[in-house]
Amino acid sequence: MTYEVPEIPGEQTEDPTGHHEEHGWPLWEVFVRPKRGLNHSHAGSLHAPDAEAAVQNARDAYTRRAEGISVWVVPSAAIHASDDSEAMFEPFEDRPYRHPTFYDIPDEVGQM
Amino acid sequence: MTGEDRFLETIAADDKVEPRDWMPDGYRKTLIRQIAQHAHSEIIGMQPEGNWITRAPTLMRKIILMAKVQDEAGHGLYLYSAAETLGVSRDELQHLLHTGQQKYSSIFNYPTLSWADIGAIGWLVDGAAIVNQIALQSTSYGPYARAMVRICKEESFHARQGYSILLALSRGSEAQRAMMQDAIDRWWWPSLMMFGPPDVESTHTEQSMEWKIKRVTNDELRQQFVDQTVPQGEHLGVTFPDPDLTYDEGSGHWMIGDIDWDEFWAVVKGDGRLSRERIAAKVRAWEEGAWVREAAAAYAEKVSLRRTA
Repeated sequence: MTYEVPEIPGEQTEDPTGHHEEHGWPLWEVFVRPKRGLNHSHAGSLHAPDAEAAVQNARDAYTRRAEGISVWVVPSAAIHASDDSEAMFEPFEDRPYRHPTFYDIPDEVGQM
Repeated sequence: MTGEDRFLETIAADDKVEPRDWMPDGYRKTLIRQIAQHAHSEIIGMQPEGNWITRAPTLMRKIILMAKVQDEAGHGLYLYSAAETLGVSRDELQHLLHTGQQKYSSIFNYPTLSWADIGAIGWLVDGAAIVNQIALQSTSYGPYARAMVRICKEESFHARQGYSILLALSRGSEAQRAMMQDAIDRWWWPSLMMFGPPDVESTHTEQSMEWKIKRVTNDELRQQFVDQTVPQGEHLGVTFPDPDLTYDEGSGHWMIGDIDWDEFWAVVKGDGRLSRERIAAKVRAWEEGAWVREAAAAYAEKVSLRRTA
């Protein structure tokens, strides 16, 4: 459980990504609903041969202490992500009038 | 703005780097190495404690120990998942562990000789891990930081169950107190070594601090651990195997004697008598579990055929 194991002779120091072909089970993303009334939210991922086994594994890996009352599992490959570079979200910065704080309301008017 | 500018800005702003962001190769490589070692340590760490499950003194202690060892497996899984977001596969990480090309913490190359060792591991080894992992909750890589938050929530149970084992022994017979003292004598120095070499000799610290992978240095973390642990030991009525251990009124810190770094390097390099055994047991478990994985895959295949039929 240490995080600083010094480099020693024989240790692999090359970048290990993409060297070894993946023969294992597919990757699933796990979403947990902590309690009724709340959204399922992303908890992490795991490997499993199919959805049914993924739900079982998710229960053991992510809800050992009543962290949830319901789980969803989604094949990681089925998730389409946005391009998180600025262009996609930047325009919102130019539109302060979409926020309530853009408007000055006189104090006498009171809470609005 | 280039990817590199954005990366530097994120680090400077104490923001988190996320998997799809541009990051320097060195940053990614350092993280893969560190998270993999951390994950391997959780998995190999199941062995010394698993050794005592069948011999726990009461049924309650037994189910507690099983829950703890199960947590370690869970922690390994959180960390492997975090490593995978950096583009390395689970199979590859396992292959590197099995072939000795990636390491785990040398603390797990010490044997668990008595039941008191299970108490000492919880109190000292998990205690040291908590100090380290709390600091890592603010590491700059998002998936690693989130895994740390999850792990820290569970880790406090580990330290407390260990201390509770020792408390019971401290209120026991002369022989039980002697067994406890013997365990502390053997685990104290290795626990201090868990924080890694002194700052002046640590090859990774400077760059890792710059990238905010690491937020607190080895020596600072070690001092924090000593300061919180020594008073807890007094409550148990144990002594620490360090004649130089003294309280420094001026700084308010407990000062320790010199650490035997020759022993540390010997154990890290695999001279620990158990290191070969630990890896062999891990490989054996993987091979003996092959039929379970094959059966699960075959069942998944059968169910999917039935659904499409």
